Amino acid sequence: MNLNSKEGISPRELELYFGPQHLGMVGNFSITLKVEGDRILEARANPGYLHRGFEKLMEYRTWIQNFPMVCRINVVEPDSMEMVYAMAVEKIAQIEVPERAHFIRSIHLELARVASHLFGLWAYANMLGFDTVAQWAMYHRDLILDLFEELTGGRVYHIYIWPGGVRRDFPPGFKDKIVNTLHSIGGCVPDYDSTFFNNRLFYERAKGIGKLAQQQAKQWGATGQTLRATGMPYDIRKVEPYAAYDKVDWDVPTRYDGDAYSRVWVIRDEMIESVHMIFKLLDVMPEGPVYNRVPNPFKWKVPKGDAYVRVESSRGELGLYMVSNGDNKPYRVHFRTPSYPNGLIILEKLLKDASIADVGNIMISLYIVAPEIDR
Amino acid sequence: MREKTATDKKGSFLSPFKSINYLFKKPRTLRYPFEPKEPAMRYRGFHLNDWEKCTGCGNCADICPNDAIEMVEIPELECKPEQGIKNERPKLDYGRCCFCGLCVDICPAGSLRLSRDYFHIHFDIKTFVFLPKDEQTDKEHFLNSEQYSILKASLTHRKENYEGFTSDLEYSLFEPQRVPMPEVQPEERKLSFIEQVIGYSKEEAKAEASRCLECKLCEQACPAHLKISDYIKAIYENKPCESLKKIFEDNPIPSICGRICMKHCETACSLSIRGEALAVRWLKRFVVDSIKDYKTALELRADEPTGYKVAVIGAGPSGLSIAYFLTLKGYKVVVFDSLPGGGGMMRIGPPLHRLPIEAIDKDVKHIASLGVEFRFNTMVGKDILFEDILKEYDAVYLGIGTTVSRSTKVKNIDKAHLALPFLQQNKIGSGTKVCKKIIVIGGGNVAMDVAREALRLQHMQYPGEKVVTKTVSLEDWDIMPATEEEIKDAKAEGIEFNPGWGPKELEVEDDKIKGLVCVKVKSVFDKQGRFSPTFYEEKQRFLDGDMIIEAIGQSPDFSFLPKELFEKLEFTPQRKVKVDENGMTSIPKVFAGGDIVNLNLDAVTAIADAKLAAEGIHKMIIGR
Repeated sequence: MNLNSKEGISPRELELYFGPQHLGMVGNFSITLKVEGDRILEARANPGYLHRGFEKLMEYRTWIQNFPMVCRINVVEPDSMEMVYAMAVEKIAQIEVPERAHFIRSIHLELARVASHLFGLWAYANMLGFDTVAQWAMYHRDLILDLFEELTGGRVYHIYIWPGGVRRDFPPGFKDKIVNTLHSIGGCVPDYDSTFFNNRLFYERAKGIGKLAQQQAKQWGATGQTLRATGMPYDIRKVEPYAAYDKVDWDVPTRYDGDAYSRVWVIRDEMIESVHMIFKLLDVMPEGPVYNRVPNPFKWKVPKGDAYVRVESSRGELGLYMVSNGDNKPYRVHFRTPSYPNGLIILEKLLKDASIADVGNIMISLYIVAPEIDR
Repeated sequence: MREKTATDKKGSFLSPFKSINYLFKKPRTLRYPFEPKEPAMRYRGFHLNDWEKCTGCGNCADICPNDAIEMVEIPELECKPEQGIKNERPKLDYGRCCFCGLCVDICPAGSLRLSRDYFHIHFDIKTFVFLPKDEQTDKEHFLNSEQYSILKASLTHRKENYEGFTSDLEYSLFEPQRVPMPEVQPEERKLSFIEQVIGYSKEEAKAEASRCLECKLCEQACPAHLKISDYIKAIYENKPCESLKKIFEDNPIPSICGRICMKHCETACSLSIRGEALAVRWLKRFVVDSIKDYKTALELRADEPTGYKVAVIGAGPSGLSIAYFLTLKGYKVVVFDSLPGGGGMMRIGPPLHRLPIEAIDKDVKHIASLGVEFRFNTMVGKDILFEDILKEYDAVYLGIGTTVSRSTKVKNIDKAHLALPFLQQNKIGSGTKVCKKIIVIGGGNVAMDVAREALRLQHMQYPGEKVVTKTVSLEDWDIMPATEEEIKDAKAEGIEFNPGWGPKELEVEDDKIKGLVCVKVKSVFDKQGRFSPTFYEEKQRFLDGDMIIEAIGQSPDFSFLPKELFEKLEFTPQRKVKVDENGMTSIPKVFAGGDIVNLNLDAVTAIADAKLAAEGIHKMIIGR
């Protein structure tokens, strides 16, 4: 706490550091709040605690060596990172991806979305004090991690979606395992609802908090559930379908109030929609190869060119702009991560006039993932 | 679009109490380590490396994004360059490893795998740097389930048979399949001497060159140590001139070698372990064929003339090579050969369908254009005396090769033809009149050449008629000295094989050959591995034939050497000319190389000998 009263600051105002060492903070990120009593006058987001220089590192590694690294930009949902990287390389190098690989990618990404949302739910419920629900979410996320482990050999960093397709086909009996796991998680939705989503405490705590109008959301670059919670059914999977998202029918869940309550409900509905989508994808998934071999990694030079690709990550639009100058390494890569506008712009705006007790509430409902901002 | 829960329910304060029934359920938390959780079958844990299979190629170290892998030399292990095996093995730094498994997907041998182990707890940070082995090569640290305890689990206390993420050729980062070489089909090619191999197109060559992993095991295996990975890379980068320059650093006769090289490199190629070796020979041929004129491409510049003169006897691969190397060093080189053109054994041996004369002349002409003086049709010992050469020149190089065909000592063998005169006559001579049923004695590459040439002659001389060419060899399929490739091609052309039979006598009636009586071979080599065939005398067989050609090996002809010099010439126990580390024989000033020196009996080894002798001659002359 900083009590020095500088010129221009009234003695009633306080500067309050929220994070990075804070119970309510999820990750290496902090906010400096200027408060008067319980009211926040101004908030300033401070990224920079987690800068690892990925974009620069990637300029020094070959096309294939970057593949195990991109996923590390985002711990919560590494798969969409792998996906954009693979898509960008495929676009510049004009690599065809086999049909089955598209389906596996979609299924994998939807599993990752559910796992990521469950992780987000854990953070949000934990922050509100709903420890029971938080523990459930963490447990159910773990069940999905078990699926990942079986498919890819890794629990958190799957290193699975690579240029040319995916790294391995489904192991025997994996389809049934996905279905069983998702059924067992889905069977708990009524419990989640009664304990959390239909809990009056949640309603009271989240309704009207961090309210964002659609116009503002668009202006400030919000995507994902932040935008969908304001009533705009904007989803890259629909707008610019990739992988196998145009192969099955599915809905974009929306809400209209643009507050924390709506955002969390959108997350809930999205998880259910994702599970349904996985079932549909599994039904129509074709047989065949899952990988078109890319050139020898020691000689691979991606032709000159650039590409912007984007996917719908669990937090919104994730984009990647990549430039190749025809060398064995990318010339430049730049990520457009959804947490960047959410964490640096919208958060600052929404925190204005909020109360200190709602900082965590607003921040986590925006689903800010600090490693994405810093990269 | 369907509207999801458009109206908000406020919910009840009481609804959470429903979850109270979870209190009576079994806890989800595992009581580790008493309730262990098995990692998945594909788990990416610590490395396993089969040291028997690992070739030490170092591809894993090259691909590692974190530099976690270092190749370390293991002195206890044997280096076998000719098989493409180095005594280096990967060492993992688990402080850096990110368990991505790229090393597994690039491992050409499939020896590197990841296990399902992931525990290592130790107070000593050095233990995190680790040389992985597997249960086959390290029984001590891989334990069965009774001896294994999870409480002691570490890098040196591992469970056996606990393989996780393994290599799969379908998903490997290298391409195991070769770009197929376009060839004239057997039915068509056996009717004439058309060159069998058509050669890669630019695109095909680039695609094939792109497979090279640059591990350089081939360079170790090549007797002449060509910079293979460099010249392959230049092909991939569309720089044929650069590629040719790299080749010429060590091999001045690439047009010949690009066709008939015994390709020790491809035997050692790491891709050949589980797939097809990189087509190094055909890629060399592609470079040579794509460049019309060596001279402008190479921009060679010889050193200042030294004023010394070197005589080379024999214009075969080793003679041509040493002439090239010494000319570049500023020597005046004169090459003597009894044949009307250069190439030596290459000129008379490999039939036209394997090595056309133009391909030989391309290399010879280039070497001649550098200032080498060729004296063809000059038989040393007859047209010019060896003593005179020795007196006149500052050094003499013997690259005479093995020019006399050996013969079996069976009854009536004088009626049979010999391989070398047969080949020579048909390649550069007037040709031979062949019969319809030919038997070739021998199982080596020369026998294959003879048989395939004979077959072509039969088809050309008796078009449309039924003709037969068969081979009979002491060696059975498993030890047949001819290369697999030659045997496959010969079979495809319809040549019959009779392996495991030895000739006993030629059956002759009215001075005409009727056939060959053979006996079944018991063994070819004795216990010491020396050639000493034994037979089942009672098991005999008659092969019908009216022409017999022997192709059972050659020996050198030293008759040009005066007696007192020949007596001075020392030989090794394998009856090879003994040379020192500079390539010099026991006669001062006289160097030797090629088939009379080495046991490989091939062109590229002859080049290697020539390279050594060129250095030796230079050292002797300039050093004195």
